[in-house]
Amino acid sequence: MAVNTQKMKPILTARLRESLIGYLFILPQFLGFLLFVILPVVSIFYFSFQDRNLLMGTSKFIGLDNYKFMFQSDPYFKKVLTNSLVFMAGLVPANIFLALSLALLLSRKIAGITLFRTLFFSPVITSVAAWIIIWKFMLQNNSGTINQILSLVGITGPNWLNQAPYAMIAAILTLVIKNVGLNTVIFVAAIKDIPEELLEAAKIDGANQGQTIRKIMLPLISPSVLLAVILTVIGALSVFDHIMLLTNGGPQNSTMVLSFYMYFQAFKLYEVGYASALAVVLFLVTLGLTVVQWQLKSKFVYLEE
Amino acid sequence: MKNPIPRFRIPVNLPVYILLIMIVLPFIFPFYWMISSSGKTITEIFQYPPTFFPKAWQWTNYSRIFEFQPFLRQYFNSIYITLVVTVSVLIVSSFSGYAFAKIRFYGKNWIFLLMLTGLMMPVEVTIIPNFILMQKLNLINTHVPLLVIPVFGSAGIIGMFIMRQFFLSFPSELADAAKIDGLSTFGIFFKIALPLSKSALSTVAILTFLKVWNSYLEPLIYINDKKLFTLPLALPSFVDSMGGPVYEVQLAATTLSVLPVLIFLFIAQQTIVESFAQSGIKG
Repeated sequence: MAVNTQKMKPILTARLRESLIGYLFILPQFLGFLLFVILPVVSIFYFSFQDRNLLMGTSKFIGLDNYKFMFQSDPYFKKVLTNSLVFMAGLVPANIFLALSLALLLSRKIAGITLFRTLFFSPVITSVAAWIIIWKFMLQNNSGTINQILSLVGITGPNWLNQAPYAMIAAILTLVIKNVGLNTVIFVAAIKDIPEELLEAAKIDGANQGQTIRKIMLPLISPSVLLAVILTVIGALSVFDHIMLLTNGGPQNSTMVLSFYMYFQAFKLYEVGYASALAVVLFLVTLGLTVVQWQLKSKFVYLEE
Repeated sequence: MKNPIPRFRIPVNLPVYILLIMIVLPFIFPFYWMISSSGKTITEIFQYPPTFFPKAWQWTNYSRIFEFQPFLRQYFNSIYITLVVTVSVLIVSSFSGYAFAKIRFYGKNWIFLLMLTGLMMPVEVTIIPNFILMQKLNLINTHVPLLVIPVFGSAGIIGMFIMRQFFLSFPSELADAAKIDGLSTFGIFFKIALPLSKSALSTVAILTFLKVWNSYLEPLIYINDKKLFTLPLALPSFVDSMGGPVYEVQLAATTLSVLPVLIFLFIAQQTIVESFAQSGIKG
């Protein structure tokens, strides 16, 4: 069949061609994302309906039994979930409040302030492993540095890592100190983005410093604060390495949190079916809290129109 | 408003400095204590009241590191794994970031939103299926999972997002002019866009490097062999036959692993801190 190529439409329209090039550009990352993020998320739902052993590779469909066990008979689950929520409830407000206070201090234009910013930031770039080794060393019972310093001022410090409420407190405090620098520099950047005229205008109108902070600075940096809150909540709920290295879940499981329990079930007891059900809970709680916070956005976050 | 008499400024800021110095102590004292204790004998470490400087610096603490573990090898593992992942993230995220900013294709916004959910996904959620996949491929106790998987997790997504933000502000006139000169999309990307995006690339590199360098969970589950350990895995393993930590050696090894990163931070403080600050401006 003779085809008049002159009259035929180009096989690929310009738009389609551009699309194909676009797909080619995102292909490597998108394929990897599907394989190593999306597929696993779908898989944990699937595995959570199975009795599955990691070592043997055996699997059997058991319906909702993992979830029934979790909510009805697992003696640890309630405690683990409570621990995770306590950890989050302690860590997030402490982190955000301290980060905001530090950001207000560090956004002042005084000599040497960038050095302080870097000092506050230095634990952020340190590995959790190194950070915990140092703190574990300092938090030992009698000979630990912290208790030695406390005894210099006449206080007998607790056995931080082996006494029930103190282990959780130590875990929260050491993680706040480690990570607060990140939110701090994010807030400092947001404060620096506030137009100078706005602050000047407030001063001229007679606003004092507290009013300027509450009425102008905080509303203007609220988008950054919301994002920081969401990411800090996610980080707190999924905390793993920090707990494993500092307390290993102890004493008496008082610091056993959700993702550490999941790790324990999957990689110590090889119960990956049940561990996947726990991962589903972790995923849904994280997702749920993120959505709720996002919904609150319209209430608390000042949006420029 | 300029203060005409500069010496009046100092007393005004003095309370701020005192406050800052007091708050900053718990942030930096641990590092000082790590370094100082790494030079002490074990008796001096536990001495009361504590000594703030070692009486005589114990270099043996440092040489004993290598009796416990193949520490040089582990150091090298950390360096090469971090470098490979960082370069891979730079490649895939600059391509996709450019596409999401400058190329029109069907379904772009949906794919972009889907990938952004990866930011909110803790690695703990995906670790079990990824482990099973690597088990099926016989890649447990190799570096392959550590070299491949982190590229596509949150590090890669943050990279993609930062590159996209950068390319969005990239003037379209430049690309249009290049098109008229006969450059293809690839040509524009390689010859014009990439050479101009050094600042964004360095931001992505810094964020990825530190994330991978410090990661703990993934090496923990994929690696059993001490020769294949990365630094965060190696540090907690300086233990005696009873399983108790050998503090002076452990702190020496920790100093060796932390100090280069801290020095790097102080040399490039502006760039590094800005990189992290930028990662938070996503709205």
